Amino acid sequence: MADVDAALVGAESEPATFEVEKGAIVKFADAIGDPHPDYREGVAAPPTFPTTFRMAMPGLAELDPARFLHGEQEYAYARPIRAGDRITCVARIASVTEKETRVGKAIFVVAEIDGRDDRGEPVFTGRSTLLLR
Amino acid sequence: MKAGEELQPLRKPAVSKVQLVKYAGASGDYNLIHTDDETARQVGLDGVIAHGMLSMGFLGQYAASLAGPQYVRRVKVRFAAMVRPGDELTCRGVVREVSDGRAVIDIWAENEAGEKVTTGEAEVEIA
Repeated sequence: MADVDAALVGAESEPATFEVEKGAIVKFADAIGDPHPDYREGVAAPPTFPTTFRMAMPGLAELDPARFLHGEQEYAYARPIRAGDRITCVARIASVTEKETRVGKAIFVVAEIDGRDDRGEPVFTGRSTLLLR
Repeated sequence: MKAGEELQPLRKPAVSKVQLVKYAGASGDYNLIHTDDETARQVGLDGVIAHGMLSMGFLGQYAASLAGPQYVRRVKVRFAAMVRPGDELTCRGVVREVSDGRAVIDIWAENEAGEKVTTGEAEVEIA
Protein backbone atom coordinates (compact mmCIF):
# COMPACT_ATOMS: atom_id res chain seq x y z
CA MET A 1 0.00 0.00 0.00
CA ALA A 2 2.93 2.30 0.66
CA ASP A 3 3.67 2.56 -3.05
CA VAL A 4 1.44 5.65 -3.36
CA ASP A 5 1.66 8.36 -0.72
CA ALA A 6 1.37 12.10 -0.19
CA ALA A 7 4.78 12.64 -1.81
CA LEU A 8 2.93 12.24 -5.12
CA VAL A 9 0.77 15.34 -4.58
CA GLY A 10 1.58 17.98 -7.16
CA ALA A 11 3.18 15.53 -9.60
CA GLU A 12 2.31 16.50 -13.18
CA SER A 13 2.23 14.53 -16.41
CA GLU A 14 3.88 15.65 -19.59
CA PRO A 15 1.38 17.51 -21.80
CA ALA A 16 -0.41 15.23 -24.28
CA THR A 17 -2.30 16.52 -27.31
CA PHE A 18 -5.45 14.83 -28.61
CA GLU A 19 -7.10 15.53 -31.95
CA VAL A 20 -10.87 15.35 -31.74
CA GLU A 21 -12.25 13.55 -34.80
CA LYS A 22 -15.93 13.69 -35.69
CA GLY A 23 -15.94 9.92 -36.20
CA ALA A 24 -14.65 9.40 -32.66
CA ILE A 25 -17.43 11.62 -31.29
CA VAL A 26 -20.05 9.67 -33.28
CA LYS A 27 -18.70 6.29 -32.12
CA PHE A 28 -18.60 7.46 -28.52
CA ALA A 29 -22.19 8.77 -28.66
CA ASP A 30 -23.31 5.53 -30.37
CA ALA A 31 -21.74 3.40 -27.62
CA ILE A 32 -23.67 5.38 -25.00
CA GLY A 33 -26.81 5.20 -27.14
CA ASP A 34 -27.14 8.97 -27.37
CA PRO A 35 -28.82 10.02 -30.63
CA HIS A 36 -28.44 13.81 -30.23
CA PRO A 37 -27.86 15.36 -33.70
CA ASP A 38 -25.17 17.77 -32.43
CA TYR A 39 -22.79 14.81 -32.19
CA ARG A 40 -23.43 13.83 -35.82
CA GLU A 41 -22.60 17.42 -36.79
CA GLY A 42 -19.51 17.47 -34.58
CA VAL A 43 -20.58 20.81 -33.04
CA ALA A 44 -20.30 19.29 -29.56
CA ALA A 45 -19.06 16.08 -27.96
CA PRO A 46 -20.89 14.20 -25.19
CA PRO A 47 -20.06 15.59 -21.73
CA THR A 48 -18.01 12.53 -20.80
CA PHE A 49 -15.95 12.57 -24.04
CA PRO A 50 -12.68 13.58 -22.29
CA THR A 51 -12.55 10.02 -20.92
CA THR A 52 -11.25 9.12 -24.40
CA PHE A 53 -8.16 11.26 -23.74
CA ARG A 54 -6.18 8.39 -22.24
CA MET A 55 -3.24 9.59 -20.20
CA ALA A 56 -0.92 7.90 -17.75
CA MET A 57 -1.49 9.46 -14.34
CA PRO A 58 1.77 10.52 -12.70
CA GLY A 59 2.99 7.81 -10.33
CA LEU A 60 0.06 5.47 -11.05
CA ALA A 61 0.85 4.10 -14.50
CA GLU A 62 2.87 1.13 -13.21
CA LEU A 63 0.21 -0.13 -10.81
CA ASP A 64 -2.13 -3.05 -11.51
CA PRO A 65 -5.44 -1.61 -12.85
CA ALA A 66 -7.30 -4.27 -10.85
CA ARG A 67 -6.33 -2.41 -7.66
CA PHE A 68 -8.27 0.70 -8.67
CA LEU A 69 -11.90 1.55 -8.15
CA HIS A 70 -13.32 4.63 -9.81
CA GLY A 71 -15.05 6.48 -6.99
CA GLU A 72 -16.05 9.84 -8.45
CA GLN A 73 -15.71 11.79 -11.67
CA GLU A 74 -16.35 15.39 -12.60
CA TYR A 75 -16.00 17.29 -15.87
CA ALA A 76 -16.41 21.05 -16.14
CA TYR A 77 -16.51 22.95 -19.40
CA ALA A 78 -15.41 26.44 -20.40
CA ARG A 79 -16.86 25.62 -23.83
CA PRO A 80 -18.03 22.48 -25.64
CA ILE A 81 -15.45 20.20 -27.25
CA ARG A 82 -15.96 20.18 -31.03
CA ALA A 83 -14.73 18.08 -33.94
CA GLY A 84 -11.44 19.49 -35.20
CA ASP A 85 -10.26 20.61 -31.76
CA ARG A 86 -6.74 19.82 -30.69
CA ILE A 87 -6.81 19.58 -26.92
CA THR A 88 -3.62 19.56 -24.89
CA CYS A 89 -4.03 17.94 -21.50
CA VAL A 90 -1.92 17.94 -18.37
CA ALA A 91 -2.76 15.60 -15.49
CA ARG A 92 -1.84 16.41 -11.93
CA ILE A 93 -2.21 14.59 -8.63
CA ALA A 94 -4.27 16.86 -6.37
CA SER A 95 -4.41 14.78 -3.20
CA VAL A 96 -3.58 11.40 -1.70
CA THR A 97 -5.44 10.42 1.46
CA GLU A 98 -5.70 7.15 3.33
CA LYS A 99 -9.26 6.50 4.53
CA GLU A 100 -11.22 3.75 6.19
CA THR A 101 -13.94 2.31 3.93
CA ARG A 102 -16.60 -0.38 4.31
CA VAL A 103 -14.09 -2.86 2.92
CA GLY A 104 -11.00 -1.79 4.83
CA LYS A 105 -8.39 0.87 4.30
CA ALA A 106 -8.01 2.42 0.88
CA ILE A 107 -5.88 5.19 -0.55
CA PHE A 108 -7.97 7.92 -2.17
CA VAL A 109 -6.15 9.57 -5.04
CA VAL A 110 -7.64 12.71 -6.62
CA ALA A 111 -6.26 13.41 -10.09
CA GLU A 112 -7.09 16.53 -12.10
CA ILE A 113 -6.81 17.09 -15.83
CA ASP A 114 -6.65 20.49 -17.48
CA GLY A 115 -7.49 20.58 -21.20
CA ARG A 116 -6.72 23.59 -23.42
CA ASP A 117 -7.10 24.35 -27.11
CA ASP A 118 -4.38 25.40 -29.53
CA ARG A 119 -4.69 29.03 -28.44
CA GLY A 120 -4.07 28.02 -24.84
CA GLU A 121 -7.69 28.79 -23.88
CA PRO A 122 -9.23 26.50 -21.26
CA VAL A 123 -11.74 23.97 -22.64
CA PHE A 124 -12.40 21.55 -19.81
CA THR A 125 -11.16 20.32 -16.48
CA GLY A 126 -11.59 16.82 -15.11
CA ARG A 127 -11.38 15.56 -11.57
CA SER A 128 -11.20 11.84 -10.81
CA THR A 129 -11.28 10.16 -7.43
CA LEU A 130 -9.64 6.74 -7.53
CA LEU A 131 -9.65 4.25 -4.67
CA LEU A 132 -6.50 2.18 -4.54
CA ARG A 133 -6.64 -1.05 -2.57
CA MET B 1 -36.75 24.98 -14.93
CA LYS B 2 -37.43 25.98 -11.36
CA ALA B 3 -36.08 24.81 -8.02
CA GLY B 4 -37.73 21.62 -6.82
CA GLU B 5 -39.00 20.66 -10.27
CA GLU B 6 -38.85 16.96 -11.01
CA LEU B 7 -37.65 16.47 -14.59
CA GLN B 8 -38.86 14.00 -17.21
CA PRO B 9 -36.83 10.78 -16.72
CA LEU B 10 -34.71 9.15 -19.42
CA ARG B 11 -35.20 5.40 -19.62
CA LYS B 12 -32.25 3.62 -21.19
CA PRO B 13 -32.50 0.22 -22.88
CA ALA B 14 -30.93 -2.66 -20.92
CA VAL B 15 -27.13 -2.55 -20.88
CA SER B 16 -25.84 -5.30 -23.17
CA LYS B 17 -22.47 -7.03 -23.49
CA VAL B 18 -22.19 -5.70 -27.04
CA GLN B 19 -22.65 -2.19 -25.66
CA LEU B 20 -19.79 -2.77 -23.22
CA VAL B 21 -17.54 -3.92 -26.06
CA LYS B 22 -18.54 -0.84 -28.10
CA TYR B 23 -17.95 1.42 -25.11
CA ALA B 24 -14.54 -0.16 -24.48
CA GLY B 25 -13.56 0.54 -28.08
CA ALA B 26 -14.99 4.06 -28.20
CA SER B 27 -13.57 5.14 -24.84
CA GLY B 28 -10.24 3.30 -24.90
CA ASP B 29 -10.95 1.64 -21.54
CA TYR B 30 -9.89 -1.93 -22.30
CA ASN B 31 -10.00 -3.23 -18.72
CA LEU B 32 -11.22 -6.79 -19.35
CA ILE B 33 -13.47 -6.86 -16.28
CA HIS B 34 -15.96 -5.02 -18.54
CA THR B 35 -15.80 -7.38 -21.52
CA ASP B 36 -14.46 -10.79 -20.42
CA ASP B 37 -16.38 -12.90 -17.89
CA GLU B 38 -13.34 -15.03 -17.05
CA THR B 39 -11.27 -11.98 -16.10
CA ALA B 40 -14.18 -10.61 -14.09
CA ARG B 41 -14.49 -13.91 -12.16
CA GLN B 42 -10.76 -13.89 -11.42
CA VAL B 43 -11.24 -10.65 -9.47
CA GLY B 44 -14.22 -12.03 -7.56
CA LEU B 45 -17.13 -10.77 -9.66
CA ASP B 46 -19.96 -12.96 -10.96
CA GLY B 47 -19.26 -11.76 -14.48
CA VAL B 48 -18.54 -8.58 -16.40
CA ILE B 49 -19.64 -5.25 -14.97
CA ALA B 50 -20.36 -2.07 -16.93
CA HIS B 51 -17.83 0.73 -17.06
CA GLY B 52 -18.74 3.32 -14.44
CA MET B 53 -18.12 5.89 -17.13
CA LEU B 54 -20.93 4.35 -19.22
CA SER B 55 -23.50 5.13 -16.53
CA MET B 56 -21.95 8.60 -16.23
CA GLY B 57 -22.35 8.76 -20.02
CA PHE B 58 -26.08 8.07 -19.60
CA LEU B 59 -26.27 10.94 -17.12
CA GLY B 60 -24.32 13.14 -19.54
CA GLN B 61 -26.88 12.23 -22.19
CA TYR B 62 -29.64 13.14 -19.76
CA ALA B 63 -28.09 16.52 -18.92
CA ALA B 64 -27.51 17.24 -22.62
CA SER B 65 -31.10 16.28 -23.45
CA LEU B 66 -32.37 18.77 -20.88
CA ALA B 67 -30.23 21.76 -21.89
CA GLY B 68 -28.57 20.94 -25.22
CA PRO B 69 -25.07 19.45 -25.43
CA GLN B 70 -23.47 22.87 -25.91
CA TYR B 71 -24.97 24.16 -22.66
CA VAL B 72 -23.75 21.52 -20.23
CA ARG B 73 -21.17 23.26 -18.04
CA ARG B 74 -20.43 20.60 -15.45
CA VAL B 75 -21.31 17.03 -14.59
CA LYS B 76 -20.17 15.34 -11.41
CA VAL B 77 -20.97 11.82 -10.25
CA ARG B 78 -20.20 9.26 -7.60
CA PHE B 79 -20.20 5.60 -8.59
CA ALA B 80 -22.30 3.97 -5.89
CA ALA B 81 -23.10 0.48 -7.15
CA MET B 82 -22.17 -1.91 -9.94
CA VAL B 83 -24.11 -2.15 -13.20
CA ARG B 84 -24.33 -5.48 -15.02
CA PRO B 85 -25.49 -6.52 -18.49
CA GLY B 86 -29.29 -6.72 -18.48
CA ASP B 87 -29.69 -3.84 -16.04
CA GLU B 88 -32.20 -1.22 -17.21
CA LEU B 89 -31.19 2.18 -15.91
CA THR B 90 -33.41 5.21 -15.61
CA CYS B 91 -31.90 8.68 -15.32
CA ARG B 92 -33.77 11.09 -13.10
CA GLY B 93 -33.26 14.66 -12.05
CA VAL B 94 -34.60 17.28 -9.66
CA VAL B 95 -33.70 20.95 -10.07
CA ARG B 96 -31.84 22.13 -6.98
CA GLU B 97 -31.37 25.81 -7.79
CA VAL B 98 -31.66 28.28 -10.63
CA SER B 99 -29.77 31.56 -10.80
CA ASP B 100 -28.10 33.81 -13.39
CA GLY B 101 -29.15 31.67 -16.33
CA ARG B 102 -27.78 28.49 -14.78
CA ALA B 103 -29.47 25.54 -13.17
CA VAL B 104 -27.95 22.99 -10.84
CA ILE B 105 -29.77 19.67 -11.11
CA ASP B 106 -29.43 16.69 -8.80
CA ILE B 107 -29.19 13.72 -11.15
CA TRP B 108 -28.96 10.01 -10.66
CA ALA B 109 -29.27 6.69 -12.48
CA GLU B 110 -31.26 3.95 -10.83
CA ASN B 111 -31.82 0.29 -11.71
CA GLU B 112 -35.15 -1.56 -11.89
CA ALA B 113 -34.98 -2.20 -8.15
CA GLY B 114 -34.83 1.56 -7.57
CA GLU B 115 -31.23 1.36 -6.34
CA LYS B 116 -29.27 4.50 -7.18
CA VAL B 117 -26.19 3.19 -8.97
CA THR B 118 -24.68 6.54 -9.95
CA THR B 119 -25.52 9.84 -8.27
CA GLY B 120 -24.41 13.39 -8.82
CA GLU B 121 -25.21 16.80 -10.18
CA ALA B 122 -25.21 18.69 -13.44
CA GLU B 123 -24.89 22.41 -14.05
CA VAL B 124 -26.43 23.68 -17.27
CA GLU B 125 -27.03 27.02 -18.96
CA ILE B 126 -30.69 27.70 -19.49
CA ALA B 127 -32.25 30.14 -21.91
